[in-house]
Amino acid sequence: MSDLKFPEHQPDSTVRRRLLRAGTAIGAWIIVRPAMAASEDLASAVRAYTGGAAALPGKVKLDVATLVDNGNTVPVTITVDSAMSAADHVTRIALFNEKNPQRDMIRFTLGPRAGKAEVSSRMRLATSQKLVAIAQTSDGRFWSDSIDVIVTLAACIEGDV
Amino acid sequence: MASTVINVPAKARRGEVMEIRTLIRHPMETGFRPGADGRIQPRDIIQRFSCHYNGEQVFGAELFSAVAANPYIAFYTLATESGTLSFHWEGDHGFTQTETVKITVID
Repeated sequence: MSDLKFPEHQPDSTVRRRLLRAGTAIGAWIIVRPAMAASEDLASAVRAYTGGAAALPGKVKLDVATLVDNGNTVPVTITVDSAMSAADHVTRIALFNEKNPQRDMIRFTLGPRAGKAEVSSRMRLATSQKLVAIAQTSDGRFWSDSIDVIVTLAACIEGDV
Repeated sequence: MASTVINVPAKARRGEVMEIRTLIRHPMETGFRPGADGRIQPRDIIQRFSCHYNGEQVFGAELFSAVAANPYIAFYTLATESGTLSFHWEGDHGFTQTETVKITVID
């Protein structure tokens, strides 16, 4: 009897299996979605800055502590490997983040008179996230560097101190 | 007038790369935080910073809410001739401040 029932059961279980699979897929999509949105946001902010041009890895060095104790003031240094001559220099440097309320952090304008392509400042980080530094050289090309930082005490975005 | 700290070498040799460090007292209210009454506090940040060396701009920055309170900005410039370095900050609610520092360049 059980042998006879088996074929009848099969469509049911296939349907169930399909439903389960679909359910898992939707669940996974819901979980993955915010993370995807954040990195999509970051990519589009970078694209807006470069005017759609691709940023090549290299030349730029983003220096931040990978383990941040206090997100309210995070020292950041960006160095670009450049001769800083009239013919070959860095014109712009910008810093972007993945999960603060706003993607832009700071933008610098430099010129051959800088002598050295290095800038430092202090940032706020709302949570553990990825930071991206972009530099444009006088030939119009863009360079990038990124770093993942872990923040233990987040910068205050919810409520007064 | 917000207080500032500007660190520039008083004397430099011509062609020397000088490090310039600046700090200005400013809350840099992000515009994302609710205050004690639960309402979002209006944004109050410095938006622009620039450094002019004898009238010519040598460095500029555009600041966003992610910049920490009391913005610190450090950069480099070539010592070309004696004169003045002028630093200018500009922000929300008509905030502006200019500071000048004299520099002597020796051969």
